[in-house]
Amino acid sequence: MPEITRDEVAHLATLARIDLDEVELAHLAPQLSVILESVASLSAVAGDDVPPTSHALPLTNVFREDVVTPGLSAEQALSGAPASEQQRFSVPRILGDEQ
Amino acid sequence: MSTTQHLIAWDDVLASYDPALGLEVHVELNTRSKMFCGCPTEFGAEPNTQVCPTCLGLPGALPVVNRKAVESAIRIGLALNCDIAEWCRFARKNYFYPDMPKNFQTSQYDEPICFEGFMQVTVPGEDGADETVRVEIERAHMEEDTGKSLHVGGATGRIQGADHSLVDYNRAGIPLIEIVTKPITGMGERAPLVAKAYVSQLRDLIVALGVSDARMDQGSIRADVNLSLSPRGAGTLGPRTEPKNVNSLRSVERAVRYEMQRHAGVLDAGDSILQETRHWHEDTGVTTSGREKSDADDYRYFPEPDLVPVAPSREWVEELRGTLPENPTLKRARLQQDWGFTDLEMRDTVGAGAFGLVEDTVAAGAAPQAARKWWLGEMARRANDTGVEIAELGVSPLDVAAVQALVDSGSINDKLARQVFDGLLAGEGTPEEIIAARGLAIVSDEGALGAAVDAAIAANPAVADKIRDGKVAAAGALIGAVMKEMRGQADAGRVRELILEKLN
Repeated sequence: MPEITRDEVAHLATLARIDLDEVELAHLAPQLSVILESVASLSAVAGDDVPPTSHALPLTNVFREDVVTPGLSAEQALSGAPASEQQRFSVPRILGDEQ
Repeated sequence: MSTTQHLIAWDDVLASYDPALGLEVHVELNTRSKMFCGCPTEFGAEPNTQVCPTCLGLPGALPVVNRKAVESAIRIGLALNCDIAEWCRFARKNYFYPDMPKNFQTSQYDEPICFEGFMQVTVPGEDGADETVRVEIERAHMEEDTGKSLHVGGATGRIQGADHSLVDYNRAGIPLIEIVTKPITGMGERAPLVAKAYVSQLRDLIVALGVSDARMDQGSIRADVNLSLSPRGAGTLGPRTEPKNVNSLRSVERAVRYEMQRHAGVLDAGDSILQETRHWHEDTGVTTSGREKSDADDYRYFPEPDLVPVAPSREWVEELRGTLPENPTLKRARLQQDWGFTDLEMRDTVGAGAFGLVEDTVAAGAAPQAARKWWLGEMARRANDTGVEIAELGVSPLDVAAVQALVDSGSINDKLARQVFDGLLAGEGTPEEIIAARGLAIVSDEGALGAAVDAAIAANPAVADKIRDGKVAAAGALIGAVMKEMRGQADAGRVRELILEKLN
C-alpha cells in the first residue's frame, strides 16, 4: 500500500474546502496512510470467491410510485439553518467554483 | 481574469484545425414528484416550499427511487437506440458546493442505465439538400437536479463580488437524465450546425416521448457543449472546454463557433487550452473562464449504499419499447414526402416552429402548401410583430384550415382571409361569424362587378387603349382599380376575365 503523500492530502483538503497549513498536512498524511492500510487489510482476508459488494441485501428494484407526498414548510425547512434570507438558505460566498 | 480574447477568423480556424464536439444534455423529467422523495416538482413555486428531509439531506432520511423516472429513462434510451442495462447502480458524486445540501449528488457512474446508442441528425448539406450525420450516444444516466443559488451583493447578481449566496432547494432532487455523446469529429465548418441540430432533434424526441416540458428557456433542457481543436489531420483530441448556460438552440451554434475561434487564438499564440468549464454570455456572445474541470477521481464516486440496484426485466423494457412514439425525424421525412415539400421548405417550416401546426392544419383538411403559406407567411409575420411564439398566437390549425376551406370554395380570397384572421385574433368568433359581421364575402353579383369594371375603364382610357392594342399585362392597373372600388371583396380572376371580354 503506497503512502499518502503531503500533496495528496493538500488536494483532498482543497476538494473538501478545508484550509490546512503545512504542519497539519505533515501531521495528517501519515494518519491517513494508517487508516488506508487498516482498511486494506480486508483485502488479505477476501479470497477470489468473495465478490466485491456494495449492498448488504440481495434486493433490486425498490421503487415508489410517482405520487406527491407532504414535505416541510419553508419555516420548518429553514428552522435549522444558521442563517436565512428571502426564504432561502444563506451560505458564505463560494470561492473558486464559478467566476 | 481577462475577458478579452483573441479570436481567429473562421476560415483560418478551419484551415488549421479539426474540431471535436461532445454534447452533454440534461433533461429534467416531468414527473409529478422528485427522483428520490415525494416532493412536488412544479416550476416557479415559492422558495423552499417543495422540500423534505430527503432532498434537504437531513440525517436519517432515506431515498426511494421514483418508478416513473426509471421508465422515462428507459424510454429515452430506447428512443436513442441504446442498450438498457440489465443491472445498474446509483453512485454518489461527492463535491462540496451548497447547491447540493447532502455534499453529494446521487447520479450514476460506471453503470449507466442506457448505453451505446445513436441518433441520426439531419443537417443542411452544401447544396442545400439535407444530409444525415450519425451521432453516437455514449450513455444516458439517471441523476438528480441541484438547488438554485442567488448571489447577493455582487453588482450583477453573479458570483463576482457577492458577499454571500442564497439557496432554494425546490429544484434539488428533481429527476434528470443526462445524455452524453461520444466525440463527434470530422464535421469541420459544420460543427456548430451539427451541435445545434443534435440538440434540436433531441428536444423534438423528448417532446414526442412526453417525458419533459423540454423548455430550454426554463432550464428543463440544458446543453453543455464540450469543444476541442486538434491540428488539422492529426487525428488527436485536444484539451476541451465546456461552455455552461447555453440555453437556446441559437446559443448552442454560437457558443461552438465562438469557442472554436477562441481555441484557435490560444493555440496559434503557442499557449495551451486550460481544461475548464466556461460561462456563456447570451447578451455579448462570449465565454469567460469558469471553474477548472475536476477529474472524475476528484468526485470520489462510490456506489450509493442507500439505494438498491435497478435491474429492469427484459419484459418491462419491451413493454416500454411498445410505448415509443414514431421517431420525429422519420416522421418528418415521411410527412415531407406526403406534403411534397422541398428540403428548404421543410427546414423553414420546422425552423419557424410551425411543423406541428402545418401537420394539424393538413389533418384538418387544408392543402399542405396552403397550410405552409399561411403559417410561414401571415402567422409568422403576426407572431413576429407581437413578439410571441407562432403556436401561442391565438389562431389554431382548425381556424387556418377553416379559412382556407372558405378560400377554396370561393367565398373569400386571400386578402379577405387576412381580415378574417384579424377578426379571429380580436376574438370576434368563428370565421363564418366574422365574415358575416364584417361583410367580407366576395361579391359574386355580376351586375355590380360589371358596373365597377365599366367605371374603371371609363376612368382610365389610356390603359384601356393599351389593352385593346393587345397589351394584356396592362390589365393589372384596371384590376387594381376595380378591387379597390369593391374594397377587395371581388374575385380578381373574374374581374380580369370581365375586363378582357369588354376590351376585346
